[in-house]
Amino acid sequence: MQADRISLGQFLSLRSGGKRVNTADALTYLYLTIGTILMFGPVLWLVASSFKTQAGLVKYPPPLLPYQQVQVEVEGYDEPLPLFAVTQEDGSARELAQVRRVGIEAQMVDPADPDAERIKINIRQREPVEEVKLAWENYLDPLVELENFDFFTYLKNSLLVTSIATAITLIINSMAAFALSKYRFKGRDAIFVLFISTLMIPITVILVPVFLVITSIGWKNNLWGVIIPGAATPTGIFLLRQYMLTIPDELLDAARIDGGSEWHIYWRIILPLARPALAVLAIFSVMWRWNDFLWPLIVLSQNDYFTLQVGLNAFQGELQIQWHYVLAMTVVTLLPITLVFAFLQRFITTGIATTGMK
Amino acid sequence: MRRIMAVLLILAVLLSAVPAFSQDMVELRIRWYDDGNEGEVLRDLLDRFEADNPDISVEIDTVPYRAILENLPLDLAAGEGPDMARVTDLGGLAEYYLDMTPYLSDADYWEENFGPFLNWKRLPGDDSSIPGFMTQLTITGPFINRTLFEQAGVDVPSDMSDSVTWDEWAAASVEVAEALEIPYPMAMDRSGHRFAGPAISSGAMYFDDMGHPTVMDEGFRDMAERFVNWHLDGTMHPEMWPLSEGYAGANEEFANAELVFYMSGSWQVGQFSEQIGDAFDWQTVPNPCGPGGCTGMPGGAALVGIASTEHPQEVARVMEYLAQQEVLGEFAARTLFIPAHAGLSASGVDFDTDLQLAKDSLGVFVGQVGTLEQIAFDLQAYGFNRAVFDATRDRLTQAMVGELTIDEAIDRIQDDVDTALAEQG
Amino acid sequence: MSASPPQVIQPKPATRLLGFVDPLTRPALLLLVSAVDRVLTPIQRRVGIDKMGYFFVLPNLLIFGIFVLFPMLLNFYYAMTGGTKLFPQDRPFVGLDNFATLFDCENFTQPNSCQEDLFWRGIFNTIIYVIFQVSGIVFFSLITALVLNRRIIARGFFRSVFFYPVLLSPVVVALIWKWVLQYEGVLNGIIEILGGESKRWLLDPNWAMFWVVFVSVWALMGFYTLILLAGLQSIPPELYEASSIDGANGWQDFRFVTMPLLMPTMFVVLVLSLIRAVQMFDQIFVLTGGGPGTRTQLMVQYIYTTGFSNQIQLFGLSAAASMVLGVSLLILTLLQLRLGNQSSLA
Repeated sequence: MQADRISLGQFLSLRSGGKRVNTADALTYLYLTIGTILMFGPVLWLVASSFKTQAGLVKYPPPLLPYQQVQVEVEGYDEPLPLFAVTQEDGSARELAQVRRVGIEAQMVDPADPDAERIKINIRQREPVEEVKLAWENYLDPLVELENFDFFTYLKNSLLVTSIATAITLIINSMAAFALSKYRFKGRDAIFVLFISTLMIPITVILVPVFLVITSIGWKNNLWGVIIPGAATPTGIFLLRQYMLTIPDELLDAARIDGGSEWHIYWRIILPLARPALAVLAIFSVMWRWNDFLWPLIVLSQNDYFTLQVGLNAFQGELQIQWHYVLAMTVVTLLPITLVFAFLQRFITTGIATTGMK
Repeated sequence: MRRIMAVLLILAVLLSAVPAFSQDMVELRIRWYDDGNEGEVLRDLLDRFEADNPDISVEIDTVPYRAILENLPLDLAAGEGPDMARVTDLGGLAEYYLDMTPYLSDADYWEENFGPFLNWKRLPGDDSSIPGFMTQLTITGPFINRTLFEQAGVDVPSDMSDSVTWDEWAAASVEVAEALEIPYPMAMDRSGHRFAGPAISSGAMYFDDMGHPTVMDEGFRDMAERFVNWHLDGTMHPEMWPLSEGYAGANEEFANAELVFYMSGSWQVGQFSEQIGDAFDWQTVPNPCGPGGCTGMPGGAALVGIASTEHPQEVARVMEYLAQQEVLGEFAARTLFIPAHAGLSASGVDFDTDLQLAKDSLGVFVGQVGTLEQIAFDLQAYGFNRAVFDATRDRLTQAMVGELTIDEAIDRIQDDVDTALAEQG
Repeated sequence: MSASPPQVIQPKPATRLLGFVDPLTRPALLLLVSAVDRVLTPIQRRVGIDKMGYFFVLPNLLIFGIFVLFPMLLNFYYAMTGGTKLFPQDRPFVGLDNFATLFDCENFTQPNSCQEDLFWRGIFNTIIYVIFQVSGIVFFSLITALVLNRRIIARGFFRSVFFYPVLLSPVVVALIWKWVLQYEGVLNGIIEILGGESKRWLLDPNWAMFWVVFVSVWALMGFYTLILLAGLQSIPPELYEASSIDGANGWQDFRFVTMPLLMPTMFVVLVLSLIRAVQMFDQIFVLTGGGPGTRTQLMVQYIYTTGFSNQIQLFGLSAAASMVLGVSLLILTLLQLRLGNQSSLA
């Protein structure tokens, strides 16, 4: 763990300290490799699966890539026929198109010679010929075709909820954390303990009372009903307070001597200094709001107000789940949040290094 | 960091420009869920309705099924319900339904065509209200993969006899699976409703003399024991019941020809047409028999008007349109749903599929209606049947993994149901 | 706390911080900020600096009061009522009956002897789950943070990779792993290729609990890794230089420099991961459904099912169970804060 304080510039010149590759490095890269496969493999697989057809999704064992059976146009047939690799009695293999199947017997035709007599074989002798083919319809149907799935409305609502909620969460949680870490007022510790312990109660277990509160203030089918109740997060207050405790009081006193108001101190000193912790909270809040499902499902019941998570879960019926749509839309919802993360993550690490703060 | 906040604020301001909404017409909302394409078909039909009735617009709010089961009752109790809803807890929510009788131009048409199913949606003691109609009737029953039977050289039991028992099916399925080295001889949907058919066939009464639900009889115990043991000895798919919450199906296994016999129901036909097509011969067979009969369970979903609507007259107009024989017939044909409409049952529906397997299968299900036992209808009409079904499902699952013995499980089912009903009062 | 030199900080002028915001919004935002300032300054003059703390906690306190505290009081009332009616005024008062039902047990270690067996199963499962999940998260996020803090190629890439699962919704996480772990899933496929034998991973109760813990560690550790990484980066390099002059080796660096300075951050991770662990719900619900049987069914699932998913929704019983959960959380938090004060704020 030696000499890890490197700026962004040094980062590019790896091992510029002149050390040679040692056991620690080898272990590091071994860990990273295994970790990458384990952490990211499943995600890639999710993306690949989203391109599989309905039939392809239920296939065992699950193929890595989205395959579809090759269909060939055969002269004399209106519809394209499925292509099979057939192992004949004599052991020779050839590719034939299937005209129809009756019981365990398949009637095949040679696509190159459609007029020849049909060949009858046992279905155990044939294997479908497959090619990699992406089922774009999984994406296009919900985005364009399906009238009951209004993707762009849901997207707008999700963006609204996530952005407003995150802005509010950052502001009010940082204000509370500031107060709880830098002021001595009566009841401060009591408020802190109350915040942390009661906010630990997941909304899942007090659903019904909160539902009643929401309906009595008229926030049913109102995005504020989704945004506000979760804005006071214990995670945020706790994280920010712990971080702000490390900001030296001398800084605040200096600003006060210069005549800065408390609000000025909060806005000009505390917020910029708490940037790394705020970035962590921002990521947390964005991710949580974007993926939130149980609570929006209770507040929202009209599709003009649905968020993406509520909308895409509507592909889950009583007796069927339309997985091909669920997966494709899941991948679509992952894109914006991935971008947000890519944008925010640099604040976390560069922020701290440059201020030299803790 | 403040920059981020600023950006978020700007984004919020930009996005919050909500389009104004015209108030000239009556807007009705349907709380709906989708298993397949039925929402799209309904939208089509409603578009036509709206074209002819410019003063009404109907909005479909498609929610996850879970929201129909769990959130809709809360909304209804809080007076926040929609104008219409597609529901499956038919009797359980009956207190919230709109009686459309005064608003209908021809109430007799409804009695005539939907008569047998109207009482599923009524409170006990009510024999006249017209709250809505069934979007589909479902019949539970088994599917088999006939191609596997042929490949294994095993005779299909139902070809030779009209009353095949559950044990005979189990034996035949195991024989096929062993011959072809297929992992799962049998599977049943994870649902107390699915289990009820076989249980009634083996003699379960489900109600005592007072009409109170009970599972404390030999018939129920007999099927429960058989069923749990089938999970232990590998006759039935060992993971489906123990490792799920709520409903689970075996569509994947069946579609992959890894399952010989699948106890499910008529709603699967549309799915199998998509997932299997004619890759092998799948077929519906009559429900297996026992001392209590050869019954499956009827079921289905209904579209109902909600009493708290501000526009009962318009709701009735929409419902009247959708309930017409012609319109309902088109709905059934395009969704491959079995209609619950006397006129359509008589005339038959020309289902919109090229697949003979699908047509045959639907035919068998329609034919099963006549073989259903009265207990099955009574159970379906019972308002709190889901409490019985869910307890059955969850407690039998515990018996399968050894947390409870079969007798303990049955006691717990009864206890769960009694406790809930006592609170209900 | 480390004694960091305060003179390093140079608060940046607001104009620079808001540099890239478009010309229209920037003045608007500054106007807003100075408007708040204008309102607050006279107040501050009157009440004094320390009382300004009340103003800063006020927005949180309001939301907290309306959407948490009030519902919890309501919940407390629900816990003492019976029936199935939604509105509290329609519900018959039953006193402590619901609590009596929950605690109606012949032998508290044998859930089967309890009236509400599932509640007690939920409690035991939650305890096991929380212990293993929290230790798993703390251990693996620490290792990962240490590794990512080394000088490595493509640090940004690896950091993102380890964080990425955090972005997935719990339902998606559960689905992905269900496909991996099912009998004919990816894991058994790999095992067969390596010559092993397929196993029904989720059907074995102990393995099921293992995988439930594993999957949530997989899904959540990125978040805590990030926090620990921030903590590691804030350790002043001079301390390592000093310790290397003293001839310390890598392990001693870790033991005497890294660990003590990381303790406050570790405490944050511990508290946050514990909160999340107790709240766990969706993911397990989809992955195992609480199964096999009820072996991975946690307390929150019991509360949710009883009050919400059952056809006859028993709000009272469910509320009583959530009160029990709430009180245990309160005790846990107080204990933790006390521990935290001893270890990090000393």
